[in-house]
Amino acid sequence: MTLCRGTPGLLALLFPVLLLTGCHSRPRADLIICNGAEPQSLDPAIISGQLEGRLTTALLEGLVRRDARARPVPGCAEKWTVSPDGRVYTFTLRPNLRWSNGNPLTAEDYRYSWLRALSPTTGSPYSEILYFIAGAEDYHSGKVPASSVGIQVINDQTLRVTLLNPTPFFPALTSFTTYLPVHRSTVEKYGDRWTRPENWVGNGPYLLLDWKINDRVSLEKNPLYHTPDRVALNRIDALAVNRASTAFNLYSGGQADVLLDKGLIPSLILPELRGRADFHPGPLLATYFYRFQVTRPPFNDARIRRAFAIALDKEAITDKITRGNEPVATALCPRGMADYQPPEGLSSDPDTARGLLAQAGFPNGKDFPRVSLLYNKSELNEQLAIEIQAQWKRELGVTVELRNQEWATYLRSLDELDFDIARSSWVGDYDDPNTFLDCFVTGRGNNRTGWSNPTYDSLLASALAEPNPARRLQLMQQAETILVTQALPIIPIYHFVGCLMFDPTKWAGLYPNLLDDHPFSEIKRAKN
Amino acid sequence: MISFLFRRILSSIPVALAVIAICFLLVRLAPGSPFSSERALDPATQAMLETKYGLSGSLPTQLFRYASNLLHGDLGDSLKFRGRTVNEIIGQSLPRSLLLGSIAFTLALALGIPLGAWSAARQGKPSGAILNGLALLTLSIPTFILAPVTVLLFSFYIRLCPPAGWGSPSQLVLPALCLSLPFVGVCARLTRSGLLEVLGADFIRTARAKGVTEPNLIFLHALRSAILPLVAYAGPLAASILTGSLLIEETFAIPGIGQFFVSGVINRDVFLVSGVVLVYCLLLLFFNLIADWLTALLDPRISLSS
Repeated sequence: MTLCRGTPGLLALLFPVLLLTGCHSRPRADLIICNGAEPQSLDPAIISGQLEGRLTTALLEGLVRRDARARPVPGCAEKWTVSPDGRVYTFTLRPNLRWSNGNPLTAEDYRYSWLRALSPTTGSPYSEILYFIAGAEDYHSGKVPASSVGIQVINDQTLRVTLLNPTPFFPALTSFTTYLPVHRSTVEKYGDRWTRPENWVGNGPYLLLDWKINDRVSLEKNPLYHTPDRVALNRIDALAVNRASTAFNLYSGGQADVLLDKGLIPSLILPELRGRADFHPGPLLATYFYRFQVTRPPFNDARIRRAFAIALDKEAITDKITRGNEPVATALCPRGMADYQPPEGLSSDPDTARGLLAQAGFPNGKDFPRVSLLYNKSELNEQLAIEIQAQWKRELGVTVELRNQEWATYLRSLDELDFDIARSSWVGDYDDPNTFLDCFVTGRGNNRTGWSNPTYDSLLASALAEPNPARRLQLMQQAETILVTQALPIIPIYHFVGCLMFDPTKWAGLYPNLLDDHPFSEIKRAKN
Repeated sequence: MISFLFRRILSSIPVALAVIAICFLLVRLAPGSPFSSERALDPATQAMLETKYGLSGSLPTQLFRYASNLLHGDLGDSLKFRGRTVNEIIGQSLPRSLLLGSIAFTLALALGIPLGAWSAARQGKPSGAILNGLALLTLSIPTFILAPVTVLLFSFYIRLCPPAGWGSPSQLVLPALCLSLPFVGVCARLTRSGLLEVLGADFIRTARAKGVTEPNLIFLHALRSAILPLVAYAGPLAASILTGSLLIEETFAIPGIGQFFVSGVINRDVFLVSGVVLVYCLLLLFFNLIADWLTALLDPRISLSS
């Protein structure tokens, strides 16, 4: 056999009928969005990420929905009333609501869906966002039956919800993904597979047309949506693109129309993009911070934590490293939340920091024990850690070792409190300081510092029970003051900023907003 | 031939099982949980999920459960992509990687073999040095530089192909080129060194004395023996190139299987990692089998029956 005879044989083995598989052209969607990584699920009870949230809120609609500026507006509920004590909400659904298969959508669908998200067998990572409802937490932990949960179906169109505490943001909260309804018989028939396009039944402005793994999710306008005229675009493709440079190339090459996430814009070119008409920055409800392990020396001493916090020059950090005009954080809650004014926090004061360290027994950092700074592997985390390590060395004379772990190992270290200082970030789920402050209540899973402060816990508990909204926020502010100026189990570093990229001469209905919420149903072509 | 195939397939089964068992245990023993995230999960929910996905009990029990499912063709459920089976993920993404990989593999051979042969034929001449240098160049440019530069050149400076995406043949051009180019250099170097060895052999001198022309001498006589090292290399190469590359897939937004191995490991998605490793292992075994068969066809001294 000569090579000339052998080569075709070899190639025939490797070049089979694959040319016909997987690669085919399709008509371009009205709008193509780079949405981030591959969605982990489209089940509202299962998801926890923002990119999945964007898709599910296009496919399913809660009692309340968000408009283009993320303001809560009536969704499937046309109106609601609240009892004088602020604990009982009665929602009235729009008449003649229908699922995409034509079945009527009733108040029972909401009750079923919320109980499903709470049920321990569902394994929802976000079930605790339903704990505002009376009996919800006890039902989740198996202490009470479903009938004890404060969700009551009055009739097909009326749902009454009894809350543990007056929760003024509760109607807005029902726009959150965990509160979205699912079609009971579809879920029961197909189990985990109900989110496949062929099985999908929804009530949102869009239907699930197609979902190609790691490629795209295609959405098509739902003709049975309650107000179809509100939805301007017939088809939207959300691309699964992980890499910022790839997303930006797709956008620059015209293969994508909108970049919905700052993570999809290469950080190196952010300064060049500023000033371009298609670059739309905005604040974000998210904070980057460091947490201390406070149950062991040296960070069980509040003076040392304070010294580490005020030794930092945060402006230098955002100017040199993040470079996205991020606001420096002195409090955990970002500014801009409805009616809430976070405390001023602590400003940089290296002299006082050195004094505090000396008081704690370590003048000029002498004999300070070896401590480490834990972060999960990423270029940004590393750059920040190196800069902060250098600042502590310069200002306090202490040597902090850097400890880099990959994601799952890092999370385990956090859970087991196996760190001295660890990088962290938190993205608010709803427009209320409780979404941040609740993390540091004693024993909360997200506390991850070992810190416990009875005054903080009781202030937050009083705030939650407080019917007067202004007084409620005052109590929250007092609690946050303890957190970021006195006890300091954390050092807030900066608040994130969001960025959208789209051509405003072509697209409208997209506005930067604190919740970084950009409902697909609000996007339309710009009128020239 | 049939007994050769039969023996090889039989010997492959324990290899594949061992690979899967080791992979499963390594991922399960790695620190961290597949269900952990920045938002802490309560222990009861975590325990429920572990039971639901067959990750409760001792490690041998988990492995046995997984192996029993494997025997029924069930690769398990993805722990990260909830509601997706590993069969489904591999079923959708592997054909795309195979398509891209088979084009890149063909390109690597189709460009690498002539380049190596030509470079060997021009040994000692300036053109030979240039060709050899060219092969070295393709080998030495890292993919993370090659891919963005290729996009810049062919998608933005000269608007020949789209910068990324999947769905049209034009979107395959750049990733296939970038995936194949490093292997072009390897194929060329292997062909060249093999040929240089063979070109000094007695049977080549005899053929040359009989007046066989230089191209015929190389392509019809020398190459058959010279290509043996390349054939041995082509087996693992085919398996590696066909199972996708994380960098190429991410850079060109190719929805292939390559990304799932890395994301699976990061997320401790044990069934997804094991499934992808199984695919890679089977492809490797298959292409090594083909390489051995081809070697025997090309070299009469090797017998398949021995």
